[in-house]
Amino acid sequence: MRRSLLPLTLLVLALVAAGCGQDGSTSGAAAPAGQAATFPVTLDTPGGKLTLERQPQRIVSMSPTATEMLFAIGAGGQVTATDSNSNYPKEAPTTDLSAYEPNLEAIAGYKPDLVVYSDDPGDLAAGLGKLGIPALAQPAAKGLDDTYAQLDQLGRATGHLAEAGRLTESMRAEIQKITVGSRPERPLTYYHELDKNLYTATSSTFIGQLYKQLGMENIADAADKEGTGYPQLSAEYVVKADPDLIFLADTKCCGQSASTVAARDGWEQLTAVRSGGVVELDDDVASRWGPRVVDFLKTVAAKVESLEAVRS
Amino acid sequence: MIVAPARLRAGPLLVACAGLAGAALLAVLVGPVRLDPGAVLAELAGRLPLVHTTSGLSQQEAAILWELRLPRVVLGGLVGAMLAVAGVAYQGVFRNPLADPYLLGAAAGAGLGATLAIAYGPETSGWPVDLLPLAAFAGAVGGVAAAYALGRSSGTRTATALILSGVAVAAFLTAIQTYVQQRESETLREVYGWILGRLTTAGWREVALMAPYAVVGAVVILLHRRLLDVLAVGDDEASSLGLRAARVRLVVVVAATLATAAAVAVSGLIGFVGIVVPHTVRLLVGTSHRLLAPLSLVAGAAFLILADLAARTVTAPAELPIGVVTAFVGAPFFALVLRTTRRVP
Repeated sequence: MRRSLLPLTLLVLALVAAGCGQDGSTSGAAAPAGQAATFPVTLDTPGGKLTLERQPQRIVSMSPTATEMLFAIGAGGQVTATDSNSNYPKEAPTTDLSAYEPNLEAIAGYKPDLVVYSDDPGDLAAGLGKLGIPALAQPAAKGLDDTYAQLDQLGRATGHLAEAGRLTESMRAEIQKITVGSRPERPLTYYHELDKNLYTATSSTFIGQLYKQLGMENIADAADKEGTGYPQLSAEYVVKADPDLIFLADTKCCGQSASTVAARDGWEQLTAVRSGGVVELDDDVASRWGPRVVDFLKTVAAKVESLEAVRS
Repeated sequence: MIVAPARLRAGPLLVACAGLAGAALLAVLVGPVRLDPGAVLAELAGRLPLVHTTSGLSQQEAAILWELRLPRVVLGGLVGAMLAVAGVAYQGVFRNPLADPYLLGAAAGAGLGATLAIAYGPETSGWPVDLLPLAAFAGAVGGVAAAYALGRSSGTRTATALILSGVAVAAFLTAIQTYVQQRESETLREVYGWILGRLTTAGWREVALMAPYAVVGAVVILLHRRLLDVLAVGDDEASSLGLRAARVRLVVVVAATLATAAAVAVSGLIGFVGIVVPHTVRLLVGTSHRLLAPLSLVAGAAFLILADLAARTVTAPAELPIGVVTAFVGAPFFALVLRTTRRVP
């Protein structure tokens, strides 16, 4: 009994951590645009002000999203090591460092001059503080604005503010292009699967807001009375709701696919299963809040478009 | 020591069976999706031989009933029955009121087996059965076997030695499991989802998978219920009555382990059933295993069916993890049992 409760607590904590990322507000004004590489810079972080005396050259990223952002803004060359889940881009110097159980000594062993992390399961920040290593928190984004703010913050922190600005602008433009016009007459309903026990994300989550931008309706919204954003649905309800589209964000973690979904008891006659509306996503792209959200939106929008074409 | 009544009283058993039937019927009629109760009854009756009815359920609603709701009720009943009767068996052979089906490393072994299957198992989507339940089953049996071998090697062959080696084995297996999880962190989500215990994805496949072990385990335990009563007086006294205590313990532990492993394989780790149900039954009808074992079997099935009904309806259409429901009922009860332990052998 004791054993079975501990994982529950951990899972709840993980979900809460994923859902309630603090607002990554960044208004560090020390480095005006155009003089991005001027140091020292001071950043406003949730934990207070963080001053970087020199441009960081030995960054350790403990967050796969931060890794993607750092490389996307041209700061990849300054990244010395990343955690074990940072599998994108290919050039990322992935190591054994675990973001779930961060080992302070192992991190310090890379002699970092900046550590970026999203979750602090232990006393990572406090420990790094004792060692005098600057630590920058970039918790899970609640919405695209957080993503842009974190890109901006990383731009300031690494001396790539101009690139960060250009990236943010192009992301905004692309997302604008994708979301404008793809507004079907009758909203398409969808179910976004996080694992095969039918954990899902509602439209209040980061990923859910992206679907909402495409004018889609989430079948899980009715199920989230506690407002966690990540309820577990009952299979009966999913079958009854019969969503137009099923998005699988558990293809890599849990081996799910269009064929495994079709093989589930009672699922074979779902509209999405019969009409090719089961979409296999890349778990990583669907769970990170970095620059690849654009790719995610493109995938979803293309699917919506093809479904609309069939319909009309 | 209360002496067991000589014959099996049928009354309580009939009441329990009626309760189980009522719980099952309620669980079939009520769910997160509203199905017309009359139509459900007509649909069920329509499957009986010589009865021809049209239920008026749509194809979709019929699928919900036959492929999602019904197997879940059946599986919930089977799992509850197994955990409860295994709880009776473990409490009996170890003469320890707080013994539960996971005492001897079954949970830790199953957890390790499941984790290894998730982390390193091959793609099994083409297989007739998933690797995961098989690995969990093997892990549960392996964990208990290791505990038993270790307990035996201590030379004393007492219940206490066995319990202590169970603790050691469980700690060791859990350590390996945690290590694997840490190494293969992308599997964390699926492993935790499994450990939480669930009937959410129950189907007829799981029912078919578990049924043979459930039947064998339950029958063996029920056949040994008189010997469990004899064992209750202590190993030495039982020996003087001509009973080979260690041998009976081995047979019952093997049967209870089969039952537990089968339950764990299909539903993950669902706590408290093996404690709450036997103790409630004891409070109601006394401590003789003659009645305690069969009654716990039936009551366990009814209890888990109702717990699962709560799990899928309280926050519908969302699910509560069933372990949360059983623990919510079980934890206060556990405290109560602790308070009254002196009255319970």
